[in-house]
Amino acid sequence: MRFPFMRRRRAASAAERYATATQLQLTWWRFRRHRLAMISLVVLVLAYGMAIMADFLTTTDPHDTNAATSYIAPQAIHWHDDDGSFRPYIYGLKGVRDLRTFKLNYTVDTSRKVYLQFLAHNYTWSVLGFRSDLHLVGLRNPQRGDGIYLLGTDQLGRDLWSRLMVATRVSLFIGLTGVSISLFLGIVLGGISAIYGGWVDLIVQRLIEVVRSMPTIPLWLGLAAALPSSWSVTQIYFAITIIISLLAWTDLARVVRGKFLSLREEDFVLAAELAGASQARIIFRHMLPSFASHIIAAVSLALPAMIISETSLSFLGLGLRPPAISWGVLLQDAQNIQTLALAPWLLSAAVPVIFVILAFNFLGDGLRDAADPYG
Amino acid sequence: MITFLVRRFLLAIVTIWMISVLSFVIIQLPPGDFVDTYIAQMAASGSQVSAEAANAMRQLYGLDRPMYVQYGKWIVRVVQGDFGESMEWRRPVMEVIGDRLWLTLLLSFSALIITWGLALPIGIYSAVRQYSFGDYAFTLVGFIGIAVPNFLLALGVMYFAFRWFGASVGGLFSAEYTLLPWSMGKVWDLMRHLPLPAVILALGGTAQLVRIMRANLLDELRRPYVVTARAKGLTERRVILKYPVRAALNPFASNIAYLFPYLVSGSVIISIVLGLPTVGPLLVESLISQDMFLAGTIVLLLGVLTVAGTFISDLVLMWVDPRLRRQMD
Repeated sequence: MRFPFMRRRRAASAAERYATATQLQLTWWRFRRHRLAMISLVVLVLAYGMAIMADFLTTTDPHDTNAATSYIAPQAIHWHDDDGSFRPYIYGLKGVRDLRTFKLNYTVDTSRKVYLQFLAHNYTWSVLGFRSDLHLVGLRNPQRGDGIYLLGTDQLGRDLWSRLMVATRVSLFIGLTGVSISLFLGIVLGGISAIYGGWVDLIVQRLIEVVRSMPTIPLWLGLAAALPSSWSVTQIYFAITIIISLLAWTDLARVVRGKFLSLREEDFVLAAELAGASQARIIFRHMLPSFASHIIAAVSLALPAMIISETSLSFLGLGLRPPAISWGVLLQDAQNIQTLALAPWLLSAAVPVIFVILAFNFLGDGLRDAADPYG
Repeated sequence: MITFLVRRFLLAIVTIWMISVLSFVIIQLPPGDFVDTYIAQMAASGSQVSAEAANAMRQLYGLDRPMYVQYGKWIVRVVQGDFGESMEWRRPVMEVIGDRLWLTLLLSFSALIITWGLALPIGIYSAVRQYSFGDYAFTLVGFIGIAVPNFLLALGVMYFAFRWFGASVGGLFSAEYTLLPWSMGKVWDLMRHLPLPAVILALGGTAQLVRIMRANLLDELRRPYVVTARAKGLTERRVILKYPVRAALNPFASNIAYLFPYLVSGSVIISIVLGLPTVGPLLVESLISQDMFLAGTIVLLLGVLTVAGTFISDLVLMWVDPRLRRQMD
């Protein structure tokens, strides 16, 4: 129940709230006004949500090959049955034997409906020790060869939608891991060079300039190609992440150093020093909160670069390798123009790449604008 | 200014040295030494390498000595212009690379010119006509340029050219010129093929530069001196072009050093998609087949040329921008 006097009190405290809000709160309030950045934030939260639940969203085992179902075009879901009731279905597939090659090929059979079932049981998946065979969508009355191919299939008859779900997880999290490593290097090196100054600063600055003036892709390619082929998927994953982040920390280090140097001149730092605060306390209690939002902005601009790097490397066949699935690995199938003309749906992995990168860029812009809440 | 030049030059030398170390590491990384690889490759193609020949090769490359000696021997031969032999092609590495290196540079350099040529007028237009239809249109195209990795852009252009015109847009030469020696006709043919890959390569960098240029110019346009100039009755054209634009040109000067490496990197990838005869496809091929001398040499040469290109562009910008010269003193 609401009383009038309570509302009055809240109104009176708005100015007070502004005055006592923390830096991060102010940043958030400013960020909320940035419409495009807010939309991007929602898109990214959804994308990472999908990435976490990737297995639940798959419809077929992403590694399952079936030569007979190769290059099936994307199947549309028909949401309503003929009588208008809500009963989603797709058309079944019918096997046709090619009389010249005696190969069994599946084509769409529009005379037969296969109904969809929500929360169906299918192949078993496990993530971090959690096992289940539950999937969002399954088939109610499948016959041999039937399957849900929302985005079509590739040459080996693997379901592109399911592969895309798993690829989204791999690619999005490789970005996060890579950025964490870069951030660590950036904060340590940028911080050290700002705190100690002198020749340490000089060396770190020159190192940054040297790294930035190298052409990155040839170097990445060279290092990535040297990873032993006997390594497991996980080992390759981490090695690639490290290789990518080794050349990407420079921007973050520059942001950290720049902010450190400018904050050191601020009155509140001097006040803390005069009050006898230790160096660690000044850095972590007084300076860090002031530039945390700048770092978050820099990170959200560094993430898409990471994702593009991984996608490019894998696209060239030198990053993650099959059976690992990532956006780059999926796009590798679309390299050949003849294949592409035959099965344009192989390009569908480009859509999430573009959306996620755009969203990160808008988010980064919004954060950067919001990072100076007093400006 | 001399100190600045010397410092820049020393930095370039250090960068080249680091690139050479990395290239050497890349050559060394595959398991076993490269004589082993060589013998295995010879055996695979049916010929034998005698134990004496193998030992002689090991001594030549100093494989029985510590790593830094090997590096020293290698770098001395590289400086003399001997990059070793490609195992895959059985020919000296430089012969295999041939024209590809210059074509890579030509492509990257064209992309650089296009980046500048597009970013400057678009940046000025977007700032002066802020929130106009054109501004929004360019912003939209710019975001596409930033969000679409250039290999995807190349793939998309190829697909739609194939789909709508039935034409293949790949390559840098028409079929009839590919194997011919250089002639006026071949140069003209190259000039006709170059713009498309160069524009694809340039788009990402252009979009970023336009955004920086627009933001800087918008800041400048609000300055009191612009109001003064206008109040004194200067033509609008002069008010904008004479002072604020020149002041806002700073990003062109400071970003060039990082734009060129970025373009060289990008050229490797789009060359593979578009099938351009640059070093890109050769690099990936050699890395996959572990033809390490070829791969290491390409990485080294690309790195050195990038550093040299960046150094030269620094000099040019210093010559153009008096502020930069004064800053350095």
